[in-house]
Amino acid sequence: MSDNHDHAHEAGPPPGTTPPPEGEVWGTMGLFETPEALYHAAEEFRDAGYKAIDALTPFPVHGLEKALGLKPTRLPFIVLAGGATGLSSGIALTWYVNWDYPLNISGKAPFSWQVYIPIYFELTILLSALFCFFGLWALCRLPTFFHATNRHKSFPRSSDDGFFLTVEAVDPKYDAGKVRTLLEKVGAKEIEEVRS
Amino acid sequence: MATTSPNVVPGETAGTRAPLVLGKPTFGTVTEDVSSIAEAKPTPKYLLGLMLAASVLLVMVGSLAKLVGTGVGVWGLDNTVFWAWDITGFVFWIGIGHAGTLISAILFLFRQKWRTSINRAAEAMTIFAVMAAGIYPAFHVGRVWFLYWVFPVPNQMSMWPNFKSPLLWDVFAVSTYATVSILFWYVGLVPDLATLRDRAKTRISHLAYGIFSLGWRGSHRHWLHYEKAYLILAGISTPLVLSVHTVVSFDFATSVVPGWHTTIFPPYFVAGAIFSGFAMVITLMVIARKVLSLEHLVTVRHLENMCKIILATGSMVGYAYGIEFFIAWYGGVEYEKFVFFENRAFGPYKWAYWSMITCNVIIPQAFWFKKVRTSIPAMFAISIVVNIGMWFERFVIIVTSLHREYIPSGWTYFYPTIWDISLFIGTFGLFLTMFLLFCKFLPVIATSEIKGVMPQANPHPDHHDDHEDVETSGKGGKLASAGGH
Repeated sequence: MSDNHDHAHEAGPPPGTTPPPEGEVWGTMGLFETPEALYHAAEEFRDAGYKAIDALTPFPVHGLEKALGLKPTRLPFIVLAGGATGLSSGIALTWYVNWDYPLNISGKAPFSWQVYIPIYFELTILLSALFCFFGLWALCRLPTFFHATNRHKSFPRSSDDGFFLTVEAVDPKYDAGKVRTLLEKVGAKEIEEVRS
Repeated sequence: MATTSPNVVPGETAGTRAPLVLGKPTFGTVTEDVSSIAEAKPTPKYLLGLMLAASVLLVMVGSLAKLVGTGVGVWGLDNTVFWAWDITGFVFWIGIGHAGTLISAILFLFRQKWRTSINRAAEAMTIFAVMAAGIYPAFHVGRVWFLYWVFPVPNQMSMWPNFKSPLLWDVFAVSTYATVSILFWYVGLVPDLATLRDRAKTRISHLAYGIFSLGWRGSHRHWLHYEKAYLILAGISTPLVLSVHTVVSFDFATSVVPGWHTTIFPPYFVAGAIFSGFAMVITLMVIARKVLSLEHLVTVRHLENMCKIILATGSMVGYAYGIEFFIAWYGGVEYEKFVFFENRAFGPYKWAYWSMITCNVIIPQAFWFKKVRTSIPAMFAISIVVNIGMWFERFVIIVTSLHREYIPSGWTYFYPTIWDISLFIGTFGLFLTMFLLFCKFLPVIATSEIKGVMPQANPHPDHHDDHEDVETSGKGGKLASAGGH
């Protein structure tokens, strides 16, 4: 099974899929073979003062956000808002239906909140999960049909066994020549400038 | 090390923890081994299996057509036993689903890295089991086209459902469970769908995997959000899965039927659900790892760990069976005593009761022996026995409590009709068809997670931090050299 692995990426883009016409310079990408090499390269770029740096990896490399100097995600606050929405909509729903059409069940008061706890619980979970799911893709600016990084000829390796460091052109320190030199110095291969 | 312990599994060193993946795989070979399954042309054996499963699925479709066309009277229910195979089937399938969530969420929170080999298939199993379970209450309402009445939607009667009923809590619990399980599964799938997209050789597969992978590119800024989302979903799935079977048990426990009206039901049902679910995971994974040649990723260590969980939860279930009898005697209620001592264990359904005890309490005790836990044929056989036993458990709880209630003039004996039986068999067709389609079109193993637990994934191989495999291999080296003296 593993012997035809090396040929997997030589086929090029599948037939009938053409990338959009090239636009502005997006940034420069360099390929590393191991998570370790990528980690040290990211530290070099962070220490050199680059801000708009990122990595493309097949799995989350442990602790890489420190090497890239990234801030923690805001997702938990979105989920908290979802949970609060779920709980309050549960309370509102059970209150409203028992005001609109009171049912006398085993002599309980119409709005006896204790008996609605399972409803509150499930709606809190449901809305938290939905906010978490949609919040995740909103924060990632996904889905998208195309991204500049897809133009790199070895991009498919980013979901297999390749580790990319990317430096975006929006970085105030961005200079194609200097970025390429530093990438070469830290041992990157297949250094390419890609356009969006 | 001339003397190898007879209990040691191939690929394992005595005195150390077995590695999570066997052989010396690289990131590339893991991608290849898993993705090639979805990319390969289906074999004749697979197609034959799919046709068989789809035929059984047709049995389900036919049984439902008969049920809807004629009415719920085609089942063997009567005024005394108004719940039987249908609710048994519902609880049976919902319970099986619980192992998937346990593996994906609870073991994730406990940092049990061995889950990565089995979580994808187990989560898929959860979703298909919940689908099979949902069939029962949906069709038991009789007029399935009025099913929307269970949801709080404004309707022509300007009435609302009864929010004080556990059956309505069930609607909320099961639909939330189905939704969250699908979201959790899909979030886990996205990076692996991107792998299939990047390897796609035809336009259709490139487009399909491309759309469903949402343009995922493995950016670390995205991974940061992603890992947090995964952790949060695991965190909220954990109380959710416990609540679902708790609410299912409320359907019984909040009634005043002797044999149902007990406070032990919620933990007892949850333990039983995990017990049966793990048995189903073993049944499926023993076949899947063999057929799909994934023995080096789903190793004997993974299966053995699941056997241990079956042993633990099976013993909890056995304890619950015992406590029910103790409380029936200690509580001193005549009806309770009658249900347990005279009816359930020694009444007309004693054959079902003792089948349940044999399958759930006695036979799984064989897992105390490592030889049994690491023998594939033995665990396969026991896993099937456990599932039979757990079906009997629900049948015993439901039918033996109902068929002889307070008024002796209402006592009956329940006989299933052909349509009870065919619907239950048919739900296996639904479950297996979905599972086979999943094996063909989606990555059956979470490749991005497997890569993350491989030793070479550690960006600091020089520091022995939290990587258990790096640590144990170091310890194993010491032990092995000590043994060699």
